[in-house]
Amino acid sequence: MAELPAPLDELVARWGPHRNDEPPGGYEENARHPPDRLVKTHCCFCGQQCGIQLKVRNDQVVGFEPWEDFPFNRGMLCPKGVRRYLQGSHPDRLRAPLLRQAGGFREAGWDEALDLTARRLREIQDRHGRDAVAVYGGASLTTEKAYLVGKFARLGLGTRHVDYNGRLCMVSAGTAYKLAFGIDRSPNPWADIAKAEVLFVIGANVAECAPITTEYVWRCRDAGGRLIVADPRLTPITRNADLYLPVRPGTDLALLLGMLHVVLRDGLEDRAFIDAHTTGFEAVAASAKEWDPRRAAEMTGVPPEAIEKAARWFAEADRAVALHARGIEHQVKGVENCLAVVNLCLATGHIGREGSGCNMITGQGNGQGGREHGQKCDQLPGQRSIADPAAREHVARVWGISPDEIPQAGWSAQEIMEGIHRGEIKGLISLCFNPLVSLPDSNYTREALERLEFFAVIDFFLSETAHHADVVLAGSLQEEEEGVTANVEGRVIHIQQAVPPPADARKDSWILCELGRRLGPARHFAFASSREIFDELREASRGGVADYYGISYEKIDRQQGVFWPCPTEDHPGTPRLFEGGRFFHPDGRARFLATEWRPSGDPLDDEFPILLTTGRVVSHYLSGSQTRRIGPLLDQCPEPRVEIHPRLAEAHGIVDGDWVTVRTRRAEITVQAAVVRTIRPDTIFIPYHWPGGRSANRLTHRSLDPRSKIPEFKVSACRIQKADPPAGGR
Amino acid sequence: MFGYEFYVDPSRCIGCKACENACAECDTHRGTSMIHVDFIDRASSIATVPTVCMHCDDPTCAEVCPADAIKKTEDGIVQSALKPRCVACSNCVLACPFGVPKMMPKLEQMMKCDMCYDRTSIGKRPMCATVCPSQALAYVTPDRIARERREVPTNVFFFGRQRVTTKVAYMVPPARESVMVDVVDYMWEGGS
Repeated sequence: MAELPAPLDELVARWGPHRNDEPPGGYEENARHPPDRLVKTHCCFCGQQCGIQLKVRNDQVVGFEPWEDFPFNRGMLCPKGVRRYLQGSHPDRLRAPLLRQAGGFREAGWDEALDLTARRLREIQDRHGRDAVAVYGGASLTTEKAYLVGKFARLGLGTRHVDYNGRLCMVSAGTAYKLAFGIDRSPNPWADIAKAEVLFVIGANVAECAPITTEYVWRCRDAGGRLIVADPRLTPITRNADLYLPVRPGTDLALLLGMLHVVLRDGLEDRAFIDAHTTGFEAVAASAKEWDPRRAAEMTGVPPEAIEKAARWFAEADRAVALHARGIEHQVKGVENCLAVVNLCLATGHIGREGSGCNMITGQGNGQGGREHGQKCDQLPGQRSIADPAAREHVARVWGISPDEIPQAGWSAQEIMEGIHRGEIKGLISLCFNPLVSLPDSNYTREALERLEFFAVIDFFLSETAHHADVVLAGSLQEEEEGVTANVEGRVIHIQQAVPPPADARKDSWILCELGRRLGPARHFAFASSREIFDELREASRGGVADYYGISYEKIDRQQGVFWPCPTEDHPGTPRLFEGGRFFHPDGRARFLATEWRPSGDPLDDEFPILLTTGRVVSHYLSGSQTRRIGPLLDQCPEPRVEIHPRLAEAHGIVDGDWVTVRTRRAEITVQAAVVRTIRPDTIFIPYHWPGGRSANRLTHRSLDPRSKIPEFKVSACRIQKADPPAGGR
Repeated sequence: MFGYEFYVDPSRCIGCKACENACAECDTHRGTSMIHVDFIDRASSIATVPTVCMHCDDPTCAEVCPADAIKKTEDGIVQSALKPRCVACSNCVLACPFGVPKMMPKLEQMMKCDMCYDRTSIGKRPMCATVCPSQALAYVTPDRIARERREVPTNVFFFGRQRVTTKVAYMVPPARESVMVDVVDYMWEGGS
């Protein structure tokens, strides 16, 4: 609330980010003692959820060992996975609850912190109504925790405003797949990537954001497959692309419509599949008519011949896979872009078969499982719509309440922040979310946080957002609580508790239950273990789209993961969806849905003539709250650099290493230039993992896709200017 | 591990440095990586290349060592300089055609990749090749490489008339039999 309790540099000096470079006791000491045990679990960073073994000694994670038997990654890891163990014994770890006081924070006991939190939230609700308090969750939480966040918000606080940071990640793809297929999951197991004859990657920096997937892509090539990559930058996987399409940011829809136009013009569509398994084809075909390759080329900056070639390769292949991620999804037409990929796959019959399908690459640790069981503002467990009376009745029965007691749909993550800014939401409790770094237009986010009457955070480090908190409840890392997640393929996997939370830190689910008991009827939060939460979640999801009823921890261990839906205990799970052309709508058919061109929410003009796009680097995860504390990962990328093509750099007198001020309609930041030929000359790129004066999200804008409510991180208008080096450091 | 060989395919490398990080995490290295990943020319390209010791059949590093400190063991692995013998002269660092050995100033000793002897001797694959997410570094059987890859292995290199054969193989386009890096290697300069 209000201003920071102490100057920022004092907060940083006390709470970090500091770096941790060595295991507990140091490398020398560590090498002298073998670990007490190896724990087979999964990486906490990103939706690949690679299998990994953690070395544990004296109840601390002291290193890692590859887990070669786990089928998804077979021992492979990226640098984040290799070094993740350095966060457990980190000096910045929160070891007890913190209460704001003049000059900073003081440690407190749990009763004091929990009682204060419950009392302040209840006071706000008594004065301003239940919806004056909101809850933020996150997609790096286990599915049990994510389920509990939704239940806590709706039954503990009784607010309709609960949403999560997956709103910045998977919602455009999820919305599109639900509309088209009736289910929000990638349809193919990842092994299918390697079996495609043509692999079309659009808006996905596979090598840096989903590194393990690279090996599947290369295996596809080894088997003779051809690789098409559409991206404004030459990302690492383009080094082996057979066809590279340098699409201008924000114009992917034109590229996809241009490809569909060629498919239909040349009669390359799969008529039998369209007739037997889809509806709505004619309207989509009509909408593609006007997008001949020449027009698409003018919009996208991709040569017409390349659009023709991509379309023909994709359509003429017996098996083709399309992979997409945030590049097409972080736009005000994010849902349209995903629907256009779906339409291309449906028109060519590339779906529901081995080596054929469109697939989204989920970004966050539990990006898939974290969005299935009720922390989304419009959803109940099992991917059920909160507006559906039958769904409300089912979940109410599991929860032992009347359906009327379940609030209706609330606001999405960015809308909640805007409600806070307007003063309509006055209390917030947040976990697994660092909105000050990850939401767009971060000066606006800071203003909003300063207006909160009460703000509680559950976290294991004091994030930049938590600087603004009244109470910080010291929570748990992924390896400190048992649970499940669903990986990028929809494979439900088992996260083991490797170690207990340190000192007086507690498991996140314990904290949520203790708060829930203080705020609502205690019987709703009487969970003694993750397993009890999972058992209730199974019931709550039963009969829904994301049906987990037939999954158990033991079955996951036995099968090395269970692909949902898995409706019964003797059901093996569902690795590939839509086999035999059966989709999840009541009539069994997929929907062709026509797409509408919509300009960016932050259009170019004479004052802001350059496109700014943002994204990730391989050594950092999301807002960097964890990876900016891990020394070797920080060394790999210590600061954001703005990528500028030499043609653009020369026009502004900028050479590699110069300081550059990037200005948008919101704000400006000054960072060093990386002058590279691997980006379009009309576009600059800045990775977003940093706070404050290095924060790319100070520059981005708050325009949302009208259906998915995802912000348009990938397209902003900016200008650049050579700057003096910052005086006295940063 | 019997029957397994080490293969490097730079064309698969994505520059993520999982290998460097994993190498440093090995108990015998204790925080220091023995291998490295470089951009070839970042201004112009995203191409990167990983460098591990190629374990030459006749190691140049050992040939130039004035202290006879660099030994190849029976299994074909060229070891780090023997601590009691190494005089930290850096001849090996300068002479290696692949740029592998590194002088550790603190230890006054040359250290280099030993293909994870401590791991391979107990049936584990080398750390870097196990984690590499693009399998640019791979430790597999020759049969599997031949069956699964589109590139083919070679272990013959020319560095301007210096012919080097190695234990570790490089993946090259089909029908290429060796790697030649110097124009001289393509020239006819008379002779027999």
